[in-house]
Amino acid sequence: MATTSPNDAFVAFEHVQKSYDGVSLVVKDLNLSIGKGEFLTMLGPSGSGKTTCLMMLAGFETATHGEIKLDGRPINQVPPHKRGIGMVFQNYALFPHMTVGENLSFPLEVRGMGKSDREAKIKRALDMVQMGAFANRRPSQLSGGQQQRIALARALVFDPGLVLMDEPLGALDKQLREHMQFEIKHLHESLGITVVYVTHDQGEALTMSDRVAVFNDGRIQQLAPPADLYERPDNSFVAQFIGENNKLAGTVEELTEGHALVRLSTGELIDATPVNIREKGQKTLVSIRPERVEFKPEMMPAGAHTIDAEVVEIIYMGDILRAVLKVAGSADFVMKMRNTLGQTRLVQGQKIKVGWHPQDARALDPM
Amino acid sequence: MADVSASGPILLTTADGRPLKEALARAQGQAKRRAFMLVLPLLLFIVITFLWPIAQVLHQSAYNPKFSDNMPKIGAWFAANPIGTEPDEAAYAALAEDLKAAAAAKTVAVAGERVNYEMPGTRSLFTAGGRKAKTLEPPFKEAVLAMDAKWGDPALWGVMRQVSSAYTTDFYLAAVDLERDPDGAIVQVPENERVYVNLFLRTFAMSAAITVICLILGFPVAFLLSVLPMRYSNLLMILVLLPFWTSLLVRTTAWMVLLQGQGVVNSLLVWAGILSDDGRLEMINNLTGTVIAMTHILLPFMILPLYSVMRPIPPSYVRAARSLGATSWTAFRRVYLPQTIPGIGAGGLLVFILSVGYYITPALVGGASGQLISNLIAFHVNKSNNWSLAAALATILLAAIMLLYWLYDKLVGIDKLKLG
Repeated sequence: MATTSPNDAFVAFEHVQKSYDGVSLVVKDLNLSIGKGEFLTMLGPSGSGKTTCLMMLAGFETATHGEIKLDGRPINQVPPHKRGIGMVFQNYALFPHMTVGENLSFPLEVRGMGKSDREAKIKRALDMVQMGAFANRRPSQLSGGQQQRIALARALVFDPGLVLMDEPLGALDKQLREHMQFEIKHLHESLGITVVYVTHDQGEALTMSDRVAVFNDGRIQQLAPPADLYERPDNSFVAQFIGENNKLAGTVEELTEGHALVRLSTGELIDATPVNIREKGQKTLVSIRPERVEFKPEMMPAGAHTIDAEVVEIIYMGDILRAVLKVAGSADFVMKMRNTLGQTRLVQGQKIKVGWHPQDARALDPM
Repeated sequence: MADVSASGPILLTTADGRPLKEALARAQGQAKRRAFMLVLPLLLFIVITFLWPIAQVLHQSAYNPKFSDNMPKIGAWFAANPIGTEPDEAAYAALAEDLKAAAAAKTVAVAGERVNYEMPGTRSLFTAGGRKAKTLEPPFKEAVLAMDAKWGDPALWGVMRQVSSAYTTDFYLAAVDLERDPDGAIVQVPENERVYVNLFLRTFAMSAAITVICLILGFPVAFLLSVLPMRYSNLLMILVLLPFWTSLLVRTTAWMVLLQGQGVVNSLLVWAGILSDDGRLEMINNLTGTVIAMTHILLPFMILPLYSVMRPIPPSYVRAARSLGATSWTAFRRVYLPQTIPGIGAGGLLVFILSVGYYITPALVGGASGQLISNLIAFHVNKSNNWSLAAALATILLAAIMLLYWLYDKLVGIDKLKLG
């Protein structure tokens, strides 16, 4: 599912560029293939071009250059209402002057469907989101979560093959958001539809997606399944955008196949896996996840380099303990420890040595 | 805490034992009084300058004591004798005494004016009667009739009976082209005197036309204003508001310059060969001129409420409709337009009400065919001095507008009205 060639792609962006002002590009040479039935998330900070891509796919923006294909057919010239794409909007965009039932009936009416067929479909769609009893309510009488469900039902009621979601959970509180993530994922699996989901919430992206496209500066920085994205970021931007991350700047001292020895600016040597560095003497930024940092010698591989650290602060967070350490001259190195019964309790000012498995430390571009 | 709720609803008191409600009222009372003092000047201002005059107008439309106050004795005779009674010696005696007293108080002309409203040409009869009243001797019937045979006219006696009561519906009847015949029955006035009903109809029809034109012209402008980026929409808004900042007279005069026979528009059309020189359009001093000038003046009142309703409508509604399969026309008709109804209602109501009562533009550019009911009200106030008729016309206008307001409330809901 994850790997699709452009030929059998359900949705394909081919060399798509977009400019609003004719001076700068918002989307720079986008190439992306989305397979049928895939859940693909476009993740990125605001202004990274992800929403523009979604709007081009929906037909509300035109591509300045390049081609967008849906099911093998170029759709650049197809108006939005003929694309047959379901869309869930950020603010739900439920029509306030219509009841829930009328909102769902709308896409069926404009398709000229008969009354009995419409009613059957509306009922099925409402039942699908457990809102069967709400057909006669107005959107304003519903809570945010309920409106969200109706928006979802409306985007699905006319059986589109592709559904676009533009930060659909942004306005919900945390608990409801997590619950809706699960429901959307569940609907995606049971209906077999293709979903393109836009969000700036990395947790959401990692939980729901088959693949995540990380956008920055109008380009896809990495396109990979969630686990790869988190554990094997391709570059410093992805490493820092996804999850928490420690970064150590240094110079490549030794470079062998699959292993790099990096000398930090303060003189210490550390182990790392080379990702996008090519030669000795190159500047690099080594990235290590806080939960992969070890301070007990028995947990580190034999012969691994360690580095001196001083405990600046211990933050108790319930399930984990978070230690802020002073490493290589700066006091922003984070280490996460599971809060278990036998866990060593560090104290402020304590001097320790920290290390890691070389494959957990990734030597990336210096940004 | 639990034992309090278990003991059921008890009278809550403050810590020092006073009832909570009383304490609350006392605590808030001072703030409320202060707030009231703040709005008091405005309240007084409105009562004195708005509510009281309106009450006066309403009263005056049904109350006119010009005759009854100055001729009380004849009023008493009418009260004592039913309709159809031939005026006898006692009646003429009462008339003679009233004329004498009114002549002494110099109010004969006032009483005559009231009769004159109903029966044109009788004012001089009264003033002449007042001059000669001192010389009248019994038997009064012969003496009065000798003074002027018109005093014996049954129609005159019918009118005098009618105006001898200060409270009357005569002015309302007159305002809708009706009158009472000598027997007291309500009949239409002769065809050549029917003015007001047609004028009311013309006023409403023209206001409706102006409202519709304003809506058609204003809707796209308001939409443009609502979707443009702020800096452009602000500029455009200034252009929309520009007419507000120009004197009404200047604007109206500008229309005269543009629209007159030898004016800019006609000259351009002739120059372009669209019109022949002797086929110049008559666009001023008639209905056309009034509609053009008033549409221009009232357009901002349509655009502003529409804009205020359109601005907060996010573009995602129309986008959602489009993505759901609606053509742009369907999306507009079924999704966008219904959401602008509060603005259309407010703008329409505003423009209609303003144009129904508009005075200065029709007076300046209306000519004969462009006169509206307000011009006639002004005529009765300033020229014919028949304030009661003016008040009755104004009251009918007010009632029509209230009816419209009520209708709007029934159809759209007044809580949905959005004025800006």
